[in-house]
Amino acid sequence: MSLRIVVCVKYVPDATGDRHFTDDLTVDRDDVDGLLSELDEYAVEQALQIADEADDAEITVLTVGPEDAKDALRKALSMGADKAVHVEDDDLHGTDVMGTSLVLAKAIEKTGYDLVIAGMASTDGTMGVLPAILAERLGVPQVTLLSEVSVEDGTVKGRRDGDTASEQLEASLPAVVSVTDQSGEARYPSFKGIMAAKKKPVESLDLDDLDIEAEEVGLEGAWTKVDEAAERPARTAGTIVKDEGEGGKQLAAFLAERKFV
Amino acid sequence: MAEVLVYVDHVDGAVRKPTLELLTLARRLGEPVAVALGNGAADTAAALAEHGAVKVLTNDAAEFADYLVVPKVDALQAAYEAVQPAAVLVPSSAEGKEIAARLAVRIKSGIITDAVDLEAGAEGPVATQSAFAASYTTKSRITQGTPVITVKPNSAAVEAAPAAGAVEALAVSFSDAATGTKVTARTPRESTGRPELTEAAIVVSGGRGVNGAENFAIIEALADSLGAAVGASRAAVDAGWYPHSNQVGQTGKSVSPQLYIASGISGAIQHRAGMQTSKTIVAINKDAEAPIFDLVDYGVVGDLFEVVPQLTEEVNTRKG
Repeated sequence: MSLRIVVCVKYVPDATGDRHFTDDLTVDRDDVDGLLSELDEYAVEQALQIADEADDAEITVLTVGPEDAKDALRKALSMGADKAVHVEDDDLHGTDVMGTSLVLAKAIEKTGYDLVIAGMASTDGTMGVLPAILAERLGVPQVTLLSEVSVEDGTVKGRRDGDTASEQLEASLPAVVSVTDQSGEARYPSFKGIMAAKKKPVESLDLDDLDIEAEEVGLEGAWTKVDEAAERPARTAGTIVKDEGEGGKQLAAFLAERKFV
Repeated sequence: MAEVLVYVDHVDGAVRKPTLELLTLARRLGEPVAVALGNGAADTAAALAEHGAVKVLTNDAAEFADYLVVPKVDALQAAYEAVQPAAVLVPSSAEGKEIAARLAVRIKSGIITDAVDLEAGAEGPVATQSAFAASYTTKSRITQGTPVITVKPNSAAVEAAPAAGAVEALAVSFSDAATGTKVTARTPRESTGRPELTEAAIVVSGGRGVNGAENFAIIEALADSLGAAVGASRAAVDAGWYPHSNQVGQTGKSVSPQLYIASGISGAIQHRAGMQTSKTIVAINKDAEAPIFDLVDYGVVGDLFEVVPQLTEEVNTRKG
């Protein structure tokens, strides 16, 4: 039977842009161009490699987000994913990680899956907890933060490099995997891939399709509230000297003055 | 007084510094009750009592080491049900965040991750976080359930506050999910003898300008003269010059030391995200236009191969 892989991706404001909050303290999506979160490209890449190794596999990319989030799906399809699912609903505006994970879990179950792959974190929210929450919600093993991953005979294996140790992990499918930016460079879409992506199916779902009530998601349904968001004051301009042969000594004098030496 | 659950990060009974910082913050919210799991759990009690833990709940089942994350979630949930705390605080390690998040789902609570400060508020704890590569500071709170909050290292001072620290065995019955992901092998990271990157008071980092793995010796020499941890930019790590475990930036460690010294690092957003909240920032770079100079308290435009060794020598001389 075919290995069904679902890759969760997020459409985020470009991290190199000048990102802001809107008046309701959600992420401003208008001022900065959006794109497929860089860290999710690694998830798409590993899905493609796992599918290559499998006899028969199908990769579905899944996102929850506004209309523009289709761009992230197109990018993943142009890299080689087979089809896409886009959950879009006006009531989703302001949804927190609990709501987003609920929507993703329902959409994953509806799509059908053997393996869910996600990136290590989004580049905007940067929480890094969504894959663990998905595993909890789906009731399947969590095999997360992998720098190396492989799937064979219904078993997923991988290496997780932690703070104090590197661990080899193993779990039976179905499972939720997340991969780090150490898992291997993501491929660039080829021209052929970009053309092919235009013809690949993108299914649109709303909250009704997933039997989710509007109150369970959105800014009102969030279990956390941002009360304040203040731009960090620019650092006051420091002293900059050009090294004329004494730069190291001058720097040492500065460190001594600040009591670091 | 309300009790606050504090998840203990330790290695074979040696409590890691971020947990002691967490106790400082927990005492602002109530009486800290610590939860220590795995090999050496009971050995954590003395250090935890010294820093304010009124109770230390321990369980040293083999499952904590043999399976990933879930056994710890089961145990923290058991502690939550036994204590009925006002809040649950967990150190913001990769694993800590995953444990906290799964607990939050189970107990139907909101979660805040990577707080850099925590205060008691009229409507529960108020967490300060950095957003968008630390260009914003936000204040947030949890509006549903018992607040579950993970806190970054260096967010509070370690304070002595002796308390009873009575050790109690924590009864845990593991869920079916607990044995889902097996840890088949574990290789401890080799100790460098230098401070832990995320915990260090001083961090010395090298980037693209270091230009080769062998040249990191001069970065290490400066770090050792200052008793600092060594960091590396993504460019240096991707080039294979320094291990990924030392990467500072969005996809590596996020550090907030008293002093950060960037050598040969241009200061791309990727890197700034991981070091922008450092108290004092110093940079050495050949390129006077490098964006890192926008952040510095003191910058030297020059060749790091000249400046860094001279700085190291001068620091060693001054230390006498």
